[in-house]
Amino acid sequence: MRLDLTHIQRWINPGSRVLDLGCGNGEFLQRLREERQVRGTGLEIDAQNITEAIARGLNIVEQNMDAGLGNFPDQSFDTVVMAHALQAVHYPDRILDEMLRIGREGIVTFPNFAHWRCRWYLGTRGRMPVSKFMPYHWYNTPNIHFCTVKDFEELCREKQIRILARDVVGNTDREPMLANAWPNLFATTAIYHISR
Amino acid sequence: MSASIDSHSVGIVSPQVARFAEPLALACGRELDNYELVYETYGELNPGRSNAVLICHALSGHHHAAGYHSEQDKKPGWWDECIGPGKPIDTRRFFVVSLNNLGGCNGSTGPSSINPKTGKAWGPDFPPLRARDWVNSQARLADYLGIDCWAAVVGGSLGGMQAMRWALEYPLRIKHCVVIAAAMKLSAQNLAFNEVARQAILSDPDFAEGNYQAMDKVPAQGLALARMVGHITYLSDGAMASKFGRDVRSGSLEQGNEQDVEFQVQSYLRYQGSQFSGNFDANTYILMTRALDYFDLAREYGNDPVAAFTHARCSFLVISFSTDWRFSPQRSREIVDALIAADRPVTYTEIEADEGHDAFLLPIPRYLDVFTAYMRRVGADD
Repeated sequence: MRLDLTHIQRWINPGSRVLDLGCGNGEFLQRLREERQVRGTGLEIDAQNITEAIARGLNIVEQNMDAGLGNFPDQSFDTVVMAHALQAVHYPDRILDEMLRIGREGIVTFPNFAHWRCRWYLGTRGRMPVSKFMPYHWYNTPNIHFCTVKDFEELCREKQIRILARDVVGNTDREPMLANAWPNLFATTAIYHISR
Repeated sequence: MSASIDSHSVGIVSPQVARFAEPLALACGRELDNYELVYETYGELNPGRSNAVLICHALSGHHHAAGYHSEQDKKPGWWDECIGPGKPIDTRRFFVVSLNNLGGCNGSTGPSSINPKTGKAWGPDFPPLRARDWVNSQARLADYLGIDCWAAVVGGSLGGMQAMRWALEYPLRIKHCVVIAAAMKLSAQNLAFNEVARQAILSDPDFAEGNYQAMDKVPAQGLALARMVGHITYLSDGAMASKFGRDVRSGSLEQGNEQDVEFQVQSYLRYQGSQFSGNFDANTYILMTRALDYFDLAREYGNDPVAAFTHARCSFLVISFSTDWRFSPQRSREIVDALIAADRPVTYTEIEADEGHDAFLLPIPRYLDVFTAYMRRVGADD
């Protein structure tokens, strides 16, 4: 279980309805179902992930969120989760609007491109960062809209989206403290609990 | 035992007949006083009677969905790819019931059966049927077999429509509804193709306004044409291109040569047509295409599919195929969207496949994987 998903879990009320955008193989939804008794639906486009998630007994809809989420009624879910997908969608700003139209609350996680290692890589080598965490090259990456902690909070301010809580994941055991103090520099993953 | 009957086959099966003497009220307003349904079963009904799966067949389908009738059989049942030990509908876990629908021509009471009131074949006087009539007669069959609640009702194409009707008409008697390559209603284009097929039959002189049986005739030409039109719509452009291309079967296209040319696709269609006309009843074909035309899931619910699906209590699996233009993925997405809006549990996948509408009968790996993965939860959630 990815660390950011463990962080998210405590923001989800037992028995609530959860929509997971880009649910992967359904590991997180399954855990939410077992530990939080949520009624979950997952959206996914990868064939292998879809089959695995179906085998977990989850309700999965094959749908590309870049093509719109208009088929989901207003306020039909308690929480809409999008973990590590914001940077991979065509219109991150519109997806955020859609998340908070469909759900009462939203939870978003994304890799923080302003992490000091990224800055160091770009600053010293002058090339787009490639790491274990972000293993792609610029030309084959699915991550087409990288942003930083500051960028995201600025977008929320512009869109009048309320940030209910922020959590961060650091790189090493030492870093969580630093990441809490200076998230834009030390958070590898940023986690936001948002609403209108 | 023949080489083709392997460990993933249900093996040799035999049809059974259920007779019903209690009149069945039909959507057209008439009643059928008594009738027979021919069916097959595969696997064992468990003591709790909770592992039964109903297979609903499509336009020209029948009860023989899996296995072989004899060791000499060359071909297994029509859905053998999906029913059997280790297959998506795993007969080691499920008790599978597959019937020939009322109005059919494979053993169940239909236009070619004898009308007890006249002592002659029903012919064109057989009452017109709707999908709901089939569902009601299938419910009688469930009663007869002692099945209170289906673990799943499964169908492709017109079979998927029956499965959805089950979910609305008998919400407490179905736990899972599997809807493959189907739609909530036909499009104008679908209606048009069915009309061409019917006209081909109706305009065959041997059809004799449906009384061909009494006159010892068969409207073979009309039936064959109807099947040819239908068959074109079951395949995709790409599938036809890769299967036949412009390959020539006989004749020559060289200059200085007057010979007529027969393309492979022509010969294939003719073969399909003539096979069909020897095996299928024209009145049944007309009855079934009309039932297909008239089906509209939400008609009785203010034409609102969301309102319709709020009556359902089961979970849904919906599957479409990318090159199916008879019941395109868009038609399946409409089902899924209505289910989402009705807050019903739904799983949906669109399978990449070249084979068009026919794909639902074929062993496409991702299709079988998804189907298998979903069926694993069926019966496990009691």
